[in-house]
Amino acid sequence: MLHFELVTPARLVRSDDVHMVVVPGSEGEFGVLEGHAPFMSTIRDGALKIYRTESGAPEEIQITGGFAEVGANGLTVLAEHVEG
Amino acid sequence: MASLKELKGRINSVKSTQKITKAKQMVAAAKLRKAQAAAEAARPYAARLAEVMGSLAGKITVSENSPKLLAGTGSDQVHLLVVANSDKGLAGAFNSNIVKAAKLKAQELLAQGKTVRFYLVGRKGRAPIRRDYAKSIVAQFDTTEVREPGYAEAERIADELVTLYEKGGFDVAHLFYSRFRSALLQEPTAQQIIPVPAPAGGSGASGAAVVEYEPDEEEILAALLPRYLRTQIFGALLENSASEQGASMTAMDNATRNAGELINKLTIQYNRSRQAAITTELIEIIAGAEAL
Repeated sequence: MLHFELVTPARLVRSDDVHMVVVPGSEGEFGVLEGHAPFMSTIRDGALKIYRTESGAPEEIQITGGFAEVGANGLTVLAEHVEG
Repeated sequence: MASLKELKGRINSVKSTQKITKAKQMVAAAKLRKAQAAAEAARPYAARLAEVMGSLAGKITVSENSPKLLAGTGSDQVHLLVVANSDKGLAGAFNSNIVKAAKLKAQELLAQGKTVRFYLVGRKGRAPIRRDYAKSIVAQFDTTEVREPGYAEAERIADELVTLYEKGGFDVAHLFYSRFRSALLQEPTAQQIIPVPAPAGGSGASGAAVVEYEPDEEEILAALLPRYLRTQIFGALLENSASEQGASMTAMDNATRNAGELINKLTIQYNRSRQAAITTELIEIIAGAEAL
């Protein structure tokens, strides 16, 4: 499972273990699965798609002003604003 | 000697003052808890961002092409002092301590022949700074219509500062606020915010692995700098509001205690006067009875 955290300046919005997250990177969407190589990217304003399981429908979270970091401890998305 | 009626009136008025200070103290205690929780909640974002900035800054050499927010304007003639105060008083020396720190810095800079400008956040800093530096105030940021300064305010302040910076309004900006240590102790703090001081390199954590960047490091850094600035200001606003409540709680606790002491003193005085009046009356009666 991939450890996924979504953080805004005001609070820690989400800290979960999920199957996959699709991130709208500023140079194209990318999916992050468990064991992804270390990676940093800015994010354009759009929806994060969170797949809890392999087959289920994704949950979408709108974010603006985002930044994604993939490290040894999973995916961390820093966003200035989060909707929903 | 004040008359009995006067004393009674004073005791009552001090009692109602005590009620007010007591209420304000309890309100401040409740708000302090909330402000501390908010400061706590903001920590993960700030910590992560600082980490990322640190590891990025370690990879980039600052040159002329670096973003202006990081490299500076190449001069340090004009200093902008951003002074964050609260909108309400009843917080002891909270606001005057911040203003004092800012004025001290202003004097120091002026002695060095620099130009000093002020950017004021909150209502309580305006009057004391206008008294000495009326012409240097470039802007005031009003926070009276919001209950708790939040990220939206930090964003607006940061954007105004960046616009001003890009227009050449100043070269270096310092932020003055009160750091929250405990309910009893708040430290007025000065911090340079523009140009952004490079956070201490986080080479330990991310240096081990090869990290890929998209787009490249410099573009990410350029995108993150304004955000980092906002986070710094946001953090300062949160610290400030926790400090304000802490200072207010302490000040009101003292005021309540002083009012209690005053009530005791006045009550003793009241009782003595009453006793004296009764004794006089008795003597008069006895003397009257003996005369018959």
